[in-house]
Amino acid sequence: MSLIRLSRVSRRYQMGTETIHALREVSIEVGRAEYVAIMGPSGSGKSTLMNLIGCLDTPSSGTYELNGTNVSDMDDNALAEVRNKEIGFVFQTFNLLPRANALHNVELPLVYAGIPSEERRQLALEALSNVGLADRVNHKPTEMSGGQRQRVAVARALVNRPSILLADEPTGNLDSKTGAEIMSLFEALADQGHTIIVVTHEEEIARHARRILRIRDGLIASDERVDSHALVD
Amino acid sequence: MHWWIELREGLRIAWDATRANKMRAGLTTLGIVIGIVTVTLMGTAIQGLKRGFNQSISALGSDVLYLERRDWFINSHEEWIRQNRRREITWDQVRGLQRQITSARAIAPTVNTARPVKYKNRSSSSVMVIGTTDQALYTGGTTVARGRFLTAGEAEGGRPVCVLGAQTATNLFRGESPVGARVHVGGYPFEVVGVLEPQGEFLGAFSLDNQVIVPIGQFTSLFTQRPDYSIQIKARDMDSLEDTREEARGIMRKLRRLAPGQDDDFAINQQDQFIKTFDKITGTIATVGMFITGLSLFVGGIGIMNIMFVSVAERTKEIGVRKAIGAKRRAILVQFLLEAAMICLLGGLLGLAIAAPGTLLLRKVMPATISLSIVGLALLVALLTGVLAGFLPAWRAARMNPVDALRNE
Ligand SMILES: Nc1ncnc2c1ncn2[C@@H]1O[C@H](COP(=O)(O)OP(=O)(O)OP(=O)(O)O)[C@@H](O)[C@H]1O
Ligand SMILES: [Mg+2]
Repeated sequence: MSLIRLSRVSRRYQMGTETIHALREVSIEVGRAEYVAIMGPSGSGKSTLMNLIGCLDTPSSGTYELNGTNVSDMDDNALAEVRNKEIGFVFQTFNLLPRANALHNVELPLVYAGIPSEERRQLALEALSNVGLADRVNHKPTEMSGGQRQRVAVARALVNRPSILLADEPTGNLDSKTGAEIMSLFEALADQGHTIIVVTHEEEIARHARRILRIRDGLIASDERVDSHALVD
Repeated sequence: MHWWIELREGLRIAWDATRANKMRAGLTTLGIVIGIVTVTLMGTAIQGLKRGFNQSISALGSDVLYLERRDWFINSHEEWIRQNRRREITWDQVRGLQRQITSARAIAPTVNTARPVKYKNRSSSSVMVIGTTDQALYTGGTTVARGRFLTAGEAEGGRPVCVLGAQTATNLFRGESPVGARVHVGGYPFEVVGVLEPQGEFLGAFSLDNQVIVPIGQFTSLFTQRPDYSIQIKARDMDSLEDTREEARGIMRKLRRLAPGQDDDFAINQQDQFIKTFDKITGTIATVGMFITGLSLFVGGIGIMNIMFVSVAERTKEIGVRKAIGAKRRAILVQFLLEAAMICLLGGLLGLAIAAPGTLLLRKVMPATISLSIVGLALLVALLTGVLAGFLPAWRAARMNPVDALRNE
């Protein structure tokens, strides 16, 4: 059974009289422990697709089954719960809470999951040390480098043990060296069996993944497997 | 468990947000502060007035009727002139009533005037001189501290004796024992036979202790030719107060030869009237206070609402992030409601801090103290304002679409 199953999913935006077809009847399946890169030119619908997969948005038509559950027409609160339990997000702009330190930022998904504070702290510390930030737990985002911030974001995304890690241009705001660090972190996570979907427009980054989905004008243009990691080197 | 964890997170965020915008929160809260100051001072003032009033009014006795020429409370100038033209209550009418009334426990005529009282070289310039009988001990609700009250024989007889009010006694005697001493009331010598217990002030207007009680016979022969008597009638108990009132009224109408259908040309006053008038006064204070409070809380509330809309707009991205990682609508709603409530509560505390020294000023004129119930009320009002004012912005935040919120820069 696929973890993610999109069947003829469309997403349309109404702009006055004009209808924008951001996604046109897209059907995709992603299995457990896959590592997928989504590529495509600007405006092709990558973020739209990510938002749908991440349950931040619902399709205009078509169905989306996550873990065997149809989430296409769940309400706001039900989707929030799904996001909390099943999805971990990493954003291009990190999106950490500026006034909270690293530990509190990472604890946040657990707060909304209703985990008591002692356990929360334990899990958050663990997640932070998994991304190599055990010594930065009390730092605020402004007191950290971009790479460190993104690693806090990864820790936050993983702390609730979600089914999928979604990253929209995770290296977009990082220099190439730090970007590479984040990508090797992703690679390690993939090796541990995490399901990862990354949106990127850099071939270099995409080639870390084991499957590349290319979209153009809201349609899947190609779906290829990257067989060997030898290609990367 | 779940909601408690969310609530704690909400409080934490609210506190952080408020601390980060101290100045803004402080300025916004001004309306709330004013509202809370008014509600606190008003509540304290009313409580203080009530306490003072109840102390004073007890001197009147709830089961005592005061049969007099005029009403205590006259609403119009015309009425006042009309009542002023009424015939005096004469000694014959007093005697007639005393003889005929059956339902009274005690009945005492009184007349009064202000005169200087002297003892040796000390004097009190304006003391309330009350001419009455031995029965005033029962109708007046006073008790004798030292010595004794007037006797029945002295009341109408010619022996010049007197009973001093507590304050008059201390003013003139400074530690000497007054009983047995000779004082001069309005220039005439009187022997002091007793001193009354202190009774306090009457509505803050005058002291009930600055008085001297003399036999009514002495009073009429020495101080006034045509006295206007007031008659205190004590009923057997509260339940028979109305019966006594009707009986006294009937007798008095006959004594004053009023034809059937003619209006009474005298008044029967009682404590109750004071209470009604007082309730009207406190009611007015409360209405004015509520108006000011309501207005400032309304303005303050609008300010809070405004600042909360700003806060929500500023933190749109944060709302998006929180929603993305699993915050439900309720959690976001609670977060912003708490922030609004917290700002208002801080305003409430500030208001109380300002009102506290204010009550010290009030205490100069009435027995006022901030009570716990008023503090509770003030904080509750502040909290409620916060929740009401914060609701719309919080609701808007809670309903935000996460994708749109996240796109916000
Ligand atoms: N909220 C919206 N309202 C209207 N049109 C939208 C909205 N969001 C996206 N679109 C349109 O949908 C199309 C796909 O947008 P999307 O953000 O998915 O592109 P993208 O592939 O992520 O591009 P980029 O690489 O620049 O991030 C675009 O034409 C965009 O203008
Ligand atoms: Mg995009």
